[in-house]
Amino acid sequence: MTSPPPKVLVTKIGLDGHDRGSRVVASHLRDAGMEVVYTPPWQDIAAVVKLAMEEDVDVIGVSSLATDHLIVPKLMRALYAAGLKDIAVIVGGIVPDADEAMLLEAGVARVFHPGSALDEISAEISRLTRARRTVGV
Amino acid sequence: MNKPMKAGKLSAQQTEAEQWQRDYAVVAGSDKPVRNRSGIEVRPLYTPRDWHGDYAADLGYPGQPPYTRGIYASMHRGRTWSQRQLVGLGTPHDYNARLLDMIAHGTTAISLIPCNSVFRGYDMDEVHAELLGTCGVVVNTAEHMEQCLAGVDLARTSCAMNDPSPFTLLALMLATAKKRGVDWRAISGTSNQSDYLSHFVANHMFFRIALPGARRILIDHIEFCNRQVPDWNPMSVVGQHMQQAGATPAEAMAFTLSSAIQYAEDCQARGMEPDAFLPRFTFFFDISVSLFEEIAKFRAGRRIWARITRERFGARDPRSWRFKFHGQTSGVDLTRQQPLNNIARVTVQAMAGIFGGLQSLHTDAYDEALSCPTEFGARIAVNTQNILREEAHLTDVIDPLGGSYYIESLTDEMEQKILGVMAEVEAAGGMYTAVEQGLVQKMIGASARGFQEKIESGEQTVVGVNAYQVEEGKSERQALPTPEPAKMQTHVAAFKAYKEQRSQDAVHTARDRLAAAAGDPRQNIFERVVEAAEAGCTHGEICATLRRELGFGQPLVMV
Repeated sequence: MTSPPPKVLVTKIGLDGHDRGSRVVASHLRDAGMEVVYTPPWQDIAAVVKLAMEEDVDVIGVSSLATDHLIVPKLMRALYAAGLKDIAVIVGGIVPDADEAMLLEAGVARVFHPGSALDEISAEISRLTRARRTVGV
Repeated sequence: MNKPMKAGKLSAQQTEAEQWQRDYAVVAGSDKPVRNRSGIEVRPLYTPRDWHGDYAADLGYPGQPPYTRGIYASMHRGRTWSQRQLVGLGTPHDYNARLLDMIAHGTTAISLIPCNSVFRGYDMDEVHAELLGTCGVVVNTAEHMEQCLAGVDLARTSCAMNDPSPFTLLALMLATAKKRGVDWRAISGTSNQSDYLSHFVANHMFFRIALPGARRILIDHIEFCNRQVPDWNPMSVVGQHMQQAGATPAEAMAFTLSSAIQYAEDCQARGMEPDAFLPRFTFFFDISVSLFEEIAKFRAGRRIWARITRERFGARDPRSWRFKFHGQTSGVDLTRQQPLNNIARVTVQAMAGIFGGLQSLHTDAYDEALSCPTEFGARIAVNTQNILREEAHLTDVIDPLGGSYYIESLTDEMEQKILGVMAEVEAAGGMYTAVEQGLVQKMIGASARGFQEKIESGEQTVVGVNAYQVEEGKSERQALPTPEPAKMQTHVAAFKAYKEQRSQDAVHTARDRLAAAAGDPRQNIFERVVEAAEAGCTHGEICATLRRELGFGQPLVMV
């Protein structure tokens, strides 16, 4: 039996509302056959954790244009506290080089910068999903 | 009408044209059709046979309707555009220092970008501390505004407030002016991006009040400003958000004009005369790197607006017909890869805006795809404008591309494309309804996706991204440091102390009066916002009151 497609939560946390990136990525992932849970911008961290748990997603994709990536470490801590350490978190958007190291340190699996190819993003999500499900078996 | 040509001359031209076509085919073969971002097919050559307009009716002279060649008689040769760079960072003191430095270097038109917490309708003690001041200045009270504008002559400086509804920043500024004894009638500037529909469909930088409430506050604000702050532009209709979110240049222009029609109709429904409010309508656009298409977009938009204001709204005052716009070079076109290439992109974008006849220009810093701009990047952005104006002499001749067979033909085709999209919006019941139904969001989403696919397929080259890539070191990509946490902690502590010390009775009374106005359509909500600002209420308190009374506005998002 083939494994069901990856389930991805595409979201924006914090204060910024620019959502072109999250919309384009979400619609690409959906067309690539993935199951996409999409939220509007400005989500609270607690709401994202709850949604990730209820929907049992494999990967969370956080989009950030205007410095909201600075609170991703808080999201990581909240996920760990909720026992969701197995969910991979990727961040896409405008992330300065110095902050990328900070995010990886906090447990983020991968940071995608402007100009990343959509196929590269979907391939990484598939890989992270396989890794999560392999561990789970 | 074209002048009739003599038969002999015509046939000679035809023969030459056919000869060229054959020669072209020999060299180019059957080349693939080329389309611009708006989907218009662009031919390899334009000749007198491609433009059939009438000079007087379709172009005219600068300063004369339909304003295709510019809204003022002297355009940039007489008076250059305003260099209005967006500024906003850190605490009010940080902002003020940067502002005074810019004024010392010749800036006469300023702008204020608030922190995203302000855009969202919150005070600084209601949000994640990590985010404070990272993208704009943290201003919550009249006292903060006073600090932001210390040393700035409010009667002589045009101030653009990037002000989410309910326009608290303007209210805080009016409170500052009153305290200093500056007559509100001497104040000039713009409620930048007051167009709530564009926030709902595109960048969602809007404080979350439900659509009907947002609609009412905007008209209250226009009505108040026209009466009390007559040199203020309360209406800034924004195409920039929609084009940045993915709309094509033609779609962005069409949605903007459709929004302007909606706002003008809403003002009329309030009993206001078109010639009372239209002179204070301004527009704000994105300028992409698609040079000729952008120039044609602006020329076509100007012509359409002149016709709409005269024919549809019956405006008689020429100031009502003029399509005044601010342009911002497109951040979406900028790349993180080889960021210095962005200087070239911004230069082309700025040229498109200047040839398009703008009144005010913000050039993006080359490092905006890396972080909020550094001071180094911002200086190059300003100098790009200075070089184009004073070294390249772009302003010596008014509308220098007017009369180009290509530009005139493209202006006509863009106009048809724009009118086509406007007709779709009109058929849906106007812009408000089209947004409510998600029609506009759907079109923007499809265009964003379409453009991304062209980049992925390589059909659209993006240097450094899908072509001409090189290995880069991280040292080439310097980012703007975030504000010092200690400084922001002091700012927050002072704010908390301020809230304790002020007259609580005055604050309660003002909030009650604001809530009552929200429930009473005969009252002007913005008038009460100004009162609340003067009474010492904070931005977050004003927003919370209106959020409670008028309902929470979820963004309308379509994927």
